[in-house]
Amino acid sequence: MSFEIDIEKRLGDTQVSLTLEAGEGATVLFGPSGAGKSSVLNMVAGLLRPDRGRIVVDGETLFGDGLDVPPERRRAGYVFQEARLFPHKRVRANLLYGVRSEAERFEDIIGFLGIDHLLDRWPRTLSGGEAQRVAIGRALLSQPRFLLLDEPLSSLDRARREEIMLAIEHIRDVLKLPILMVTHDPEEAERIGNRVVRM
Amino acid sequence: MLDATEWGIVALSLKVGGVAMAVTLPIAFALAWLLARVRFPGKVVVDAAIHLPLVVPPVVTGWLLLLAFGPNGPIGAWLQEWFGVTVLFRWTGAAIAAGVMALPLMVRAMRISIEAVDRRLENAARTLGAGPWRVFWTLTLPLSIPGVLAGAVLGFARSIGEFGATITFVSNVPGETQTLPLAIYSALQQPGADALVWRLSCVSVGLSLIALIASELLTRRAGRGLHVL
Repeated sequence: MSFEIDIEKRLGDTQVSLTLEAGEGATVLFGPSGAGKSSVLNMVAGLLRPDRGRIVVDGETLFGDGLDVPPERRRAGYVFQEARLFPHKRVRANLLYGVRSEAERFEDIIGFLGIDHLLDRWPRTLSGGEAQRVAIGRALLSQPRFLLLDEPLSSLDRARREEIMLAIEHIRDVLKLPILMVTHDPEEAERIGNRVVRM
Repeated sequence: MLDATEWGIVALSLKVGGVAMAVTLPIAFALAWLLARVRFPGKVVVDAAIHLPLVVPPVVTGWLLLLAFGPNGPIGAWLQEWFGVTVLFRWTGAAIAAGVMALPLMVRAMRISIEAVDRRLENAARTLGAGPWRVFWTLTLPLSIPGVLAGAVLGFARSIGEFGATITFVSNVPGETQTLPLAIYSALQQPGADALVWRLSCVSVGLSLIALIASELLTRRAGRGLHVL
């Protein structure tokens, strides 16, 4: 199983709970805003602590059974809704921030994302689509064991969406990383998800 | 222009202000970080205590410093016993008084700039494998540094202008604790020293103006999300 999630979390007036067992490929959490989908990703990434439950990814327990692995040791490749690039670092430094060892994959990854010409730019000069591709590259270069995508297309126009969509499919089919993605767009859910979980 | 003695006064003021700022800077930053980022019981009290020098009459602050650093005071006795030094009537004492008075201003400016650092960026860094220390050194500190420097410059300006606590704590000793405001005060007591008062006051206003402009520019830079590094 790629993801085995059984969690509960009270956030203000909302009770977020999810039980999920997902195999290979991409699992999409689909549903309206405010259902706590992003909170689920934050809990899998270790940024938010569930009130109770278990999170197991690829057979390794990240939370539960008395364990709570800190986010920096979970090796989640997290792509947020906003790119969250570090504004005081150029694109290259952003990409290298999470690199663990010698990255011979650097050229491959910036190549398929088409961001090789952006390396010396500052994040504030990038378009939304460029910033999001850099964010995906940065997440992939940290050698993640799985990818968390939080509405990575929502801030982009149609043409840019297609670029990112292709990149995500490449990650799913070629790099074969387990993906947990949040969206409220049925079309995206259909296209990316090997399975869709309604929340 | 100024004569040698007057330059000496300016130099002493800069030394006292500089040392006060340098020593207070890490303390102020640590306190600002604590107030901006950590929830702990009694936080309101700590916050209020830090801001006390801003509202308590400076003469009271000076007197409390005298009690603490005097020969029978807890810190004064300890300094005397272990290092054989005293800060009374010394420029080091003037720097302590200036630092204590500048602390609240520095903490305020730094706290705002630390609170302005986007926690979502720090979370992103955590997921990329950075532990809390790396996040601090690579994100929190560089992103808040314009505000930290603005606070430091403001603290420096405040230190140079410190009067009440200084004269109460370390008195008005020419060449040792007589900084610009104390020298101006002495000159005012002296008949026929109007010209001296003018000269020293101009220097004082000039230094303050430069510091305030520098601090303002740094703050704006911080507000724009640009970076000095």
